[in-house]
Amino acid sequence: MRIIVGEGSCGLAAGAGAVHTQLEALIAQDNPRGVQLGITGCIGMCFLEPIVDVYEDDGTLHRLVRVQAKDAQTIYDAVMGGNLELLGKLAITPEDEQFLSKQTRVALRNCGIIDPESIDDYLAHGGYQAITKILETGMSQEDVIQQIDVAGLRGRGGAGFSTAFKWRAARDSQGEQKYLICNADEGDPGAFMDRAVIEGDPHSLIEGMLIGAYSIGASEAIVYVRAEYPLAIIRLRKAIEDATARGYLGEHICGSDFSCTLRIKAGAGAFVCGEETALIESLEGKRGMPRLKPPFPAQAGYWLKPSNINNVETYANVAWIVSHGGEAFAAMGTENSKGTKVFALSGKIARGGLVEVPMGTTLREVIFDIGGGIRSGKEFKAVQLGGPSGGCVPASKLDTVIDYNELAATGAIMGSGGMVVMDETTCMVSMARFFLDFTAKESCGKCVHCRLGTKRMLEILDRIVAGKGEQGDIEKLEDLCYAIKDGALCGLGQTAPNPVLTTIRYFRDELEAHIDEHRCPAGECRDLISYSIDKTVCVGCTACARQCPVGAISGERKSPHEIDPALCIKCGNCKTACRFGAVKVA
Amino acid sequence: MRTLAPVDLSLIEPALDAYADIPGSLITILQETQETYGYLPMSVMEHIAERTHTPIATIVGVATFYAQFRLEPVGKHLIMLCQGTACHVNGSQLISAAVTDELGIEDGQTTEDGLFSLKHVACLGCCSLSPVMMIDDRTYGSLTPDKARKILRELAAEDGEGDEAK
Ligand SMILES: Cc1cc2nc3c(=O)[nH]c(=O)nc-3n(C[C@H](O)[C@H](O)[C@H](O)COP(=O)(O)O)c2cc1C
Ligand code: FES
Repeated sequence: MRIIVGEGSCGLAAGAGAVHTQLEALIAQDNPRGVQLGITGCIGMCFLEPIVDVYEDDGTLHRLVRVQAKDAQTIYDAVMGGNLELLGKLAITPEDEQFLSKQTRVALRNCGIIDPESIDDYLAHGGYQAITKILETGMSQEDVIQQIDVAGLRGRGGAGFSTAFKWRAARDSQGEQKYLICNADEGDPGAFMDRAVIEGDPHSLIEGMLIGAYSIGASEAIVYVRAEYPLAIIRLRKAIEDATARGYLGEHICGSDFSCTLRIKAGAGAFVCGEETALIESLEGKRGMPRLKPPFPAQAGYWLKPSNINNVETYANVAWIVSHGGEAFAAMGTENSKGTKVFALSGKIARGGLVEVPMGTTLREVIFDIGGGIRSGKEFKAVQLGGPSGGCVPASKLDTVIDYNELAATGAIMGSGGMVVMDETTCMVSMARFFLDFTAKESCGKCVHCRLGTKRMLEILDRIVAGKGEQGDIEKLEDLCYAIKDGALCGLGQTAPNPVLTTIRYFRDELEAHIDEHRCPAGECRDLISYSIDKTVCVGCTACARQCPVGAISGERKSPHEIDPALCIKCGNCKTACRFGAVKVA
Repeated sequence: MRTLAPVDLSLIEPALDAYADIPGSLITILQETQETYGYLPMSVMEHIAERTHTPIATIVGVATFYAQFRLEPVGKHLIMLCQGTACHVNGSQLISAAVTDELGIEDGQTTEDGLFSLKHVACLGCCSLSPVMMIDDRTYGSLTPDKARKILRELAAEDGEGDEAK
């Protein structure tokens, strides 16, 4: 029997480490049934973490959820006593199981199943067979690229460019030394797909990169990982060591003429470094400022040598495509968007986590059927796709299918996979301001349109959320949006206006309420709301008064309380503290 | 303000020996420097400039470009408070107000006693547990203002005990 603890970053944050320690201590004391304790990465059901999987010898799985350290004894007793019924109260509900059953997993095929720190486990799940097949059967570079082409694989980092096209360009580029780079910068705040792949299945990234390196003729590969992902770096480092020790990396891989090394470069915290040419500058140890294209990296990239850059998820699909054939991948999806796509579902969603679905699935299916809709019974308002480069899609567009072109038609983008769901209490103007604040701070400053343009837009949005909006502000924003889109040097600036444009397009009424009536319909913008206590609901428990940092709440115990608007700083502590819903925002 | 201990330049020599001659290693060297000293002391950056034959302006230019680098020492515990999209939607402003109120510091500052430094970051990649903060490589999820205060008090109390034991 095996007990497997889910130890991705999210599992660990929820307390998986303590669960593991407890189980380990119990098993170390006495292990009459020879139970093995192991770990795995993120299965994607972050809302149920910590998750513990108990596998019987015949493979039957008992999935236990929201496990706490104190439950370790129960699990131990059940497993050692052969009385698995005992696990019932920890078992996942059939409803929550739907989260997984409606997905199709290609890029995440091993995540949450294998032990990410064991190359043997990866090998036992068909790992390194694709690269072995290529090298042993003597597939040519073109044979491999042809499979990727047939698969119709497009870049998962956001832009959706044809992977086969990029690989051919890099292969055809003249040069002794070529580089293959993986973009694991994952800068979109609200996205964690790449982290999960590296933490949960680092070898499939390595294998995908090896296949890429073989196809373009690169002998050196580099993964540029975000500094905020310490666990991903640790697991990837171990995977590289193990793969090197087994001859899957280094000289004469699998006894062939193909040699390739792989190393990690930790980023240092700059969103713009997710842009490929800025990433290259950063790899060279410089300030991460984008280069003018052309030349494209395929012609002159890292150290001005031919280079190919792909996203983590793009590479994670590659070994699967080579093993199963391009047609199998292309059989999923729509006319121009093939295969599956991973999304990081978060925000006001009931079941948040990682979701992989075939292209062509509707947003509604992802958010409602898999994600379970909005938690706490509120109304769905919008879903944000593509982060700072994307936009908010409203309820009326929920039947849009996941497809590069269809999503672009809504004004948002496919993006890298961030899907942040918002309900009626989220202010869309404040959301637009949030993204502009982000891009203005992250603008590298190289081009004027982005450096100053985002700042001017932020100033206008700052005024609007403060209730100081003026007539003509929306038009001014629109002018700035188009000017920045046309003038900015790189994708950061060119797409920075998208969150504002989609807000104007779908939530103009909310913008107008802020500007014309100095009112925030969602009740979020601090300068436009006031807090009060409904005397008919308040029971006088004093919870709110105790939480108020400025002493603005008065009242006797067991009688209704009152907020002094002159003192109130609108921090919202009272509303969070009240268990009776007596604190009102207007 | 706390006084800064004089900086021992020899601590960075192993990293310089390993990387000074490899082109493109400046960020790695600065990361090692920060790992060693907790921040990037000016005297060390000057030393790196000399050893790598790089203008000091280039080094400071890189150091100030990336959010990871600090030019001043940080407190014993570094709080990274997520201000990413998911955390924003789930009320990170309330957490940030609670932390600021509890410790009396804003983004980028360190408490008088040198125990805590606060830094706002964009997304720690644990969005489904938002709002989230990370303190010294440990992630805390599903925060409420109260829970955040409690975590900070517990950490401060642990440190108090440690000091007494000495
Ligand atoms: C501002 C900006 C940020 C980006 N951030 C990322 C990122 O974090 N991860 C990523 O894979 N691609 C990112 N990209 C896209 C890359 O420039 C590049 O298109 C991508 O890595 C190519 O890989 P793909 O073809 O596999 O998608 C970003 C682009 C821009 C303009
Ligand atoms: S938005 Fe806070 S962890 Fe991602």
